[in-house]
Amino acid sequence: MTDAPIIEIRDLRKAYRMGDVEVAALRGVDLSVQRGEFLSVIGPSGSGKSTLFHVLGGLTPPTSGTILINGRDLVQMGEAERTELRKTQVGFVFQKYNLLPTLSAADNIAIARYISGKHKDGDEQFDEIIRLLGLKGRLNHKPRAMSGGEQQRVAIARAIVNHPAILLADEPTGNLDTENSTAVLELMRDLNQRLGQTILMITHNPEAAQYGHRTVRMRDGRIVTV
Amino acid sequence: MVNKLVIANLRHRPLRTILSAVAIGVQVTMVLTLVGVSRGMLADVANRSKGTGADILVKPPGSSPFGFSTNFPEKIIPFLRKQKHVTVATGTLVQPIGGLDSVTGINLAEFNSLSGGFRYLEGGPFKGPYEILVDEVYSRSNKKREGDAVNILGRDWRVSGVVESGKLSRMFVQLAVLQDLTANNGKVTVGYLKLDDPANTKAVIVSLKSQLTGYPIYSMEEFVSLISINNVAMLKNFIAVIITLGVLIGFLVVFLSMYTAVLERTREIGILKALGASPMFILGVLLRETFVLAVIGSVLGILFTYGTRLLITTFVPTMSQAIVPEWWPIAAGIALTGSMLGAIYPGLKAARQDAIEALTYD
Ligand SMILES: Nc1ncnc2c1ncn2[C@@H]1O[C@H](COP(=O)(O)OP(=O)(O)O)[C@@H](O)[C@H]1O
Ligand SMILES: [Mg+2]
Repeated sequence: MTDAPIIEIRDLRKAYRMGDVEVAALRGVDLSVQRGEFLSVIGPSGSGKSTLFHVLGGLTPPTSGTILINGRDLVQMGEAERTELRKTQVGFVFQKYNLLPTLSAADNIAIARYISGKHKDGDEQFDEIIRLLGLKGRLNHKPRAMSGGEQQRVAIARAIVNHPAILLADEPTGNLDTENSTAVLELMRDLNQRLGQTILMITHNPEAAQYGHRTVRMRDGRIVTV
Repeated sequence: MVNKLVIANLRHRPLRTILSAVAIGVQVTMVLTLVGVSRGMLADVANRSKGTGADILVKPPGSSPFGFSTNFPEKIIPFLRKQKHVTVATGTLVQPIGGLDSVTGINLAEFNSLSGGFRYLEGGPFKGPYEILVDEVYSRSNKKREGDAVNILGRDWRVSGVVESGKLSRMFVQLAVLQDLTANNGKVTVGYLKLDDPANTKAVIVSLKSQLTGYPIYSMEEFVSLISINNVAMLKNFIAVIITLGVLIGFLVVFLSMYTAVLERTREIGILKALGASPMFILGVLLRETFVLAVIGSVLGILFTYGTRLLITTFVPTMSQAIVPEWWPIAAGIALTGSMLGAIYPGLKAARQDAIEALTYD
């Protein structure tokens, strides 16, 4: 382990073009995240939280600034390199679970491994992940036969199965009741503590934010309190 | 794993999958049935030509192997008969009567010695001028039996007998009567020769060609080998048209089916992209699905041809459809070509799709 931050963001800007109008979603974000950190991101709707995650995860290119993930600058990356970044460095968890509806839970996890090309190697941590999930016996079900809490746990397993450098969770408990929210938050804390997984989590819920080591607030495309 | 996804996707919309495969299958059947019917009909013509028992055929100058519209003077027949090794020579007059049917004028005695004689299933030889012999297939499909009247060439003919199929034609009348009726007095369309020994065929043809300049002269073997789709320009063109249509149908079916699939899978495509799937991966999934559809369609199409054959033999016994396995890969290739072309645009659309829009889409 090095002391260098796993994520280093300087003056990150992102504008969306919508026809003739430019929407500035990020207006100079500065942020450092340490390896093994569990960071909560809060802020009003429309403040650019999701956009920050989409840029960090390589789903959309930044407009300007610097973003170093594991020392590699995302601003310089082309489409193919961002695809590679998503494949190997980033795991996403969304509010709406976003599991593939035609595949079983196990196959949803397996396809992430397949896409990453890691399916050929054995994986001792895989069983550990499945155990932490507490989903034994439910893995052969299709998503629609599972509760929201179960689906979100499968989505988390899928996100971390390739050992990404960072796990980006965008309102992971936004659609869950208290009990399931707690289960999902505890699962993330377990992953952070036991596997040293770096996690960034967007949430609206102050209680949920407490699970992180640190909380940052966004407003108008900037980070306003650290 | 990708295959699992491909199968899961196809099973997710069973009706769309089945309909697409059936549509591809229908197109495969279309090609195979056309080729099968062509082959079947041509094989039938070949067999019936061989059924004459002739070793050599003589046709009028300038005629094509399958053209039966020109005639030559009948007086050549006695000349042919006088040739060395020739044991039987007889002329026939072929008169088209609409569609693919024709009636053949024969000299019954000569034709019998050429072919070994008809086997009568009902009745017997002509007794009067306006009598007709029909074969079993004609009799069955037109429900004409001995004593019934058949109306062709503007008059009624009494069926004097029903003969076993396989000898040249399905309808026979007396040569002289047909010549008279069609103003072809002294003319015949084809001359048939039988030799003392088929081994002499080559020598006789060489000698005939030197004496009858301009007359196409074929050995039966050669004539039969000419009876193929490639030698019938109309069939060849028709098959080319059907193949083009086949590619087009495959294209349209798959285009529509995959286009709707891509539209409805916006979110799934976004998910795959978020997991790091490359545009090639997304395109690959679509192309594999299409490949499976085309293979299922081709298998269905091949099976359907047994159905069309059954329909044809039941309802149109004068037509025959061959099952042509060497065309199976060709028909499947046509289906695959059209299908893959149809999948390209939807596939590229999916591959280019914006992941964020897809993931935040409700
Ligand atoms: N794909 C997009 N195209 C255009 N504008 C967008 C897009 N995504 C987000 N925005 C805009 O960027 C701003 C920030 O949105 P977002 O990052 O979703 O905020 P948050 O997640 O904090 O609610 C909003 O004004 C939103 O309308
Ligand atoms: Mg958001």
